[in-house]
Amino acid sequence: MRIQTKTDLASLACGLTLYALLEGLILADIIPPYWQLNVIRVCIYIILATSLNLINGITGQFSIGHAGFMAIGAYMSAIMTVKLGLPFLVAILTGGLAAALLGFLIGLPTLRLSGDYLAIATLGLGEIIRITILNISYVGGASGFMGIPKYTNFTWAFLLMLFTLFFIKNFVNSTHGRACIAIRENEIAAEAMGVNTTKYKVLAFTIGAAFAGVAGALFSHNFYMAHPTSFTFMQSFDILTMVVLGGLGSMTGSIVGVIALTGISAYMADYPEIRMIIYALLLIVLMLFRPQGLFGSKEISLRIFSRLTGGERRGAAQGN
Amino acid sequence: MALLKVTKLSKIFGGLKAVSDFNTIIAPGELIGLIGPNGAGKTTVFNLLTGVYAPTEGRIEFDGAGLAGLKPYQITQRGIARTFQNIRLFSELSVLDNVKIAYHFHVRYGLAEAVLRIGRYFREEDEIEQKALTLLDIFQLAHRRDEIARNLPYGEQRRLEIARALAAQPRLLLLDEPAAGMNPQETQQLMSMIRWIRQEFNLTILLIEHDMSLVMGVCERIYVLDYGSVIAQGTPAQIRSNPRVVEAYLGEEVH
Repeated sequence: MRIQTKTDLASLACGLTLYALLEGLILADIIPPYWQLNVIRVCIYIILATSLNLINGITGQFSIGHAGFMAIGAYMSAIMTVKLGLPFLVAILTGGLAAALLGFLIGLPTLRLSGDYLAIATLGLGEIIRITILNISYVGGASGFMGIPKYTNFTWAFLLMLFTLFFIKNFVNSTHGRACIAIRENEIAAEAMGVNTTKYKVLAFTIGAAFAGVAGALFSHNFYMAHPTSFTFMQSFDILTMVVLGGLGSMTGSIVGVIALTGISAYMADYPEIRMIIYALLLIVLMLFRPQGLFGSKEISLRIFSRLTGGERRGAAQGN
Repeated sequence: MALLKVTKLSKIFGGLKAVSDFNTIIAPGELIGLIGPNGAGKTTVFNLLTGVYAPTEGRIEFDGAGLAGLKPYQITQRGIARTFQNIRLFSELSVLDNVKIAYHFHVRYGLAEAVLRIGRYFREEDEIEQKALTLLDIFQLAHRRDEIARNLPYGEQRRLEIARALAAQPRLLLLDEPAAGMNPQETQQLMSMIRWIRQEFNLTILLIEHDMSLVMGVCERIYVLDYGSVIAQGTPAQIRSNPRVVEAYLGEEVH
């Protein structure tokens, strides 16, 4: 069997073992309800962070409008379940597809911009989405979309997270992912090597938006309601912070960033003022001592373990 | 038949005529030099040929078809690859990945096959890896395959850039100052390598260079640009004795 297939299966086995372990602990009520919620939050934010990492870290297009796509997924899926009475899976898919479509439409014109300009444009578009929703009374307007059934549980969140991770990992380790990385590294050279840069920027943006939509669907079906205030630019900023903390371009870094920051918020929930100070201090310290994030653009993978045990000697960069 | 035919090519930036009335016909297999003082418009010619700039006037035909309106990546896909004067490697990626990226547009497996790792994915990825390694071997970079490109010595970065351009499997290779920053010994090696890859890969090569030993040593025909216009063309021997060339490089004699 191929090494890649082996590591894939090993990672899958690790993931499912982790799932069984956590699910067991939840069913046995060893994890208290408050932490159960946080475990689900971690799963949802891992989807958000790794999909934003695909746009910002892998393709190098600095977008900060992720909450907008999350909102689209949250509301579209809620319309499916509440107004149309469709099953949750259909709602999730619709949420993801709607966000992807919007990502595609928005990406086409805005990805001509670069750097700060793209950041400002995506920030603005995220806000436009939120304010548009705020003014649609069909979905509850300013008072929020009420009466969404709680379909999201640990199983949904974890399995969709696992799917997202495999999807993005395999994408990045293919010629399509390499094209995206080439754009990040040197757009002019990428173009000169035959990479259709516009196509791949829009593709990465669309995939990222799609997963943000999926996360949004999980998000709105977790709290009985969806409210426009959940999708302000502060939400986008939170996701971005997780990605940057872990290291732009590193998927495992994003995961660690999510766990670290969700953990801090959860522990500090009783002292919301101190929480923001700690957040800020953490980022200042990080930028001073490790501006590339905890992991830089490196990945930790099972290969490292095989290397430690004297197995195959190959770089773990860009993971597998 | 001509591989590259350029007629009346001009590029004007504001009030500056960077290239004016540039004409050339290059037959398959030729090795042509493009020289001239700094700012003569040599790199602008390259940028026009590869679609980075749109010409103000004139026509570029490659293999019988016009290139007007094509994006740089489309021109690369037609078979023109280049290197850059100021090295533009994917500096944070490994040497191997740098070369692999250039195979991108030859890959046929789609997004679904990549994500699910089915169908042509493994076969084509193996193929790319093999081809990339063979190419690195030719350029004596195979032992550096996992090194980050930025960490290579300058001469090896130049070689890697040529290897990467060849991975795109071009018919016309444009080299922009391949010997810049190389010592005389490295330049000698580069010369024999340029001759060798032309044979081996069936290439037509157009190169910009300031190192006269290299230009005179490998090129069969030379164009001399000054202030955007061709002031001389011919064999190395003709160029060497052309008074206008000497004047452009050294200035006029004062009596």
